[in-house]
Amino acid sequence: MSVARLDARFALCRAENRAAFVAYLMAGDPDAERSLALLCGLSVAGADVIELGFPFSDPMAEGPPIQRASLRALEAGTTLTSTLELVRRFRAGETGTPLILMGYLNPVLSYGYDRFAADAAEAGVDGLLVVDCPPEEADDLADALDPQGLALVRLAAPTTDAARLPAVVRRASGFVYYVSVAGVTGVKSAAAETVAPAVERIRAAAGGLPVAVGFGIRTPQQAAAVAQAADAVVVGSALVDTLADQGVEAALAQTSALAQAVRNARR
Amino acid sequence: MNAPAANTWSAYPDARGRFGDYGGRYVAETLMPLVLELDGAYQAAKADPAFQAELDDFLTHYVGRPSPLYFAERLTAHHAGNGAKGGGCARIWFKRDELNHTGAHKINNCMGQILLARRMGRTRIIAETGAGQHGVATATVCARFGLPCVIYMGATDVERQKPNVFRMRLLGAEIVPVTSGRGTLKDAMNEAMRDWVTNVEDTYYLIGTAAGPHPYPAMVRDFQAVIGREARAQMLEGAGKLPDACLASIGGGSNAIGLFHPFLEDDVRLIGIEAAGHGLTSGQHAASMTGGRPGVLHGNKTYLLQDEDGQILDAHSISAGLDYPGIGPEHAWLKDSGRAEYRTATDLEALAAFQECARLEGIIPALEPAHALARVGEIAREVGRGGDVVLNMCGRGDKDIYTVADALAGHADHPAETKL
Repeated sequence: MSVARLDARFALCRAENRAAFVAYLMAGDPDAERSLALLCGLSVAGADVIELGFPFSDPMAEGPPIQRASLRALEAGTTLTSTLELVRRFRAGETGTPLILMGYLNPVLSYGYDRFAADAAEAGVDGLLVVDCPPEEADDLADALDPQGLALVRLAAPTTDAARLPAVVRRASGFVYYVSVAGVTGVKSAAAETVAPAVERIRAAAGGLPVAVGFGIRTPQQAAAVAQAADAVVVGSALVDTLADQGVEAALAQTSALAQAVRNARR
Repeated sequence: MNAPAANTWSAYPDARGRFGDYGGRYVAETLMPLVLELDGAYQAAKADPAFQAELDDFLTHYVGRPSPLYFAERLTAHHAGNGAKGGGCARIWFKRDELNHTGAHKINNCMGQILLARRMGRTRIIAETGAGQHGVATATVCARFGLPCVIYMGATDVERQKPNVFRMRLLGAEIVPVTSGRGTLKDAMNEAMRDWVTNVEDTYYLIGTAAGPHPYPAMVRDFQAVIGREARAQMLEGAGKLPDACLASIGGGSNAIGLFHPFLEDDVRLIGIEAAGHGLTSGQHAASMTGGRPGVLHGNKTYLLQDEDGQILDAHSISAGLDYPGIGPEHAWLKDSGRAEYRTATDLEALAAFQECARLEGIIPALEPAHALARVGEIAREVGRGGDVVLNMCGRGDKDIYTVADALAGHADHPAETKL
């Protein structure tokens, strides 16, 4: 499974001439049971790929919504170990939807790269995205993930110029995540017209790998606009806020609306 | 092990910003090109005699360098009298960086970085601060060069360091109280990094300690190494020999690495003192090397206070300037390789040393060097008669008088025997 599960899902979306919808949630937010309920409802609600955050005490690249989610998850006792347990319970009922973990390096380093790779693969994780691990520092981690067939998802940013881009996408697998604005999550959003050329540039540099676009996308309208050009559209902070304010059912309803908008964007 | 061949200690970090296994550049991709650009700009400035000349001129006429090297005669006599081994005690010298403009060593680094920021065409300066000393130094150089300045400071620290908050505002800086986390230095640093990643076009992040992504640890060290270069020359001139030991307190570690670095290739003991807060077994301390383990935070791999899951723990020290759960990566490497030694001092020991120094030498130290003062007697006796120990008096205590007054008044955290 793993990278293969990601590849299959993106191939399916490409065949349907549509972008994939990627839903982000924080493991253990607000607690393990509600987090599991949301996780298990996402694919039915239309999420093509799931990004499951694991909390960190110092989420330097996050805006207030995911900072708060991180804090709620930590207060509920969430760890990287309990995040993997959540994935195991999710996988008991759902095997088709790819799931990647997203977070910061220190919990993974503390867990141990090789042990993490083995346990994550066994739990049913398909890839890992680490915010504070640029390609210059990523080889050890990639060496641990590769034998388990796990993708190490690479990030490109508006500040990544043409000279640097090849280094960023070296050893990329699964997809490339384009951070569409310089900033933290959930605050600013990119102008739709700047996204298309960036996606084009990154996709070409990454040998045709799908490019997911995230940061600041909150509404179905914004998601549909980005879905014109991107291979995948990521929504995180907006769902995290809805979960916090209105609960699991509301977050799933919002997921449906966003997924529908992405699905119909190119029709 | 990590240890390099003899006489190459000062050649580090390597091109990847590594001190052995420590250091590196662990930042979000958005910041990575900026960090690389900064490295290039710093290397160019370092090689440019005009940059060095401009910096030296400001250090002389604005900062007030060189700072004196002072023989602390009465403190030496006091510790010699306390000696277990027949009164043998090394001479104790203070490197008096508390006499710098703004009252601490922090301005050495701020002056270097502000000149670099100008050279790079940056028009807005941001910084984090704990005790407020780095914030004051940053606000000072921003006022001097007419640049807007935003200081991130934990809300807890804003409350306990009011005089410095007022100083920064007088100097025209905007203070942003940070309420995330526990509202101390690490949270302020997170928020500064969030600002930087959002304002990549015009903003220069002026980090205050020898930590963060490469090139910061090397650059801040280089700007602080003026302390050790002067101390080395002053010892040779005043005593005709090098010191036997150099001693400094450790928060992020910039004053210590500034003193140590020019002595790395010499036969001189280098000793850093971490803050043990309420005691190492209390769980409330800031001794990341003595009580932590390696991890990644704020752009570098180093020793960190963290739990089993890799979550960063809150540090505690009576000294806001030492209240940080990490340490500059060069210290982590010097510890593992054995080139430097690291010990600790508790809040109470620092408070006692603070009063002792004030009464014996007429110098009110900051709570940060008070931690080094708490160990200087023991080290001077280890070195023995005829030897010399240099202690970095990295800051003056004016900012701490209210904290100390509270503590001595029998504040809940401190037992009554510390009352005056």
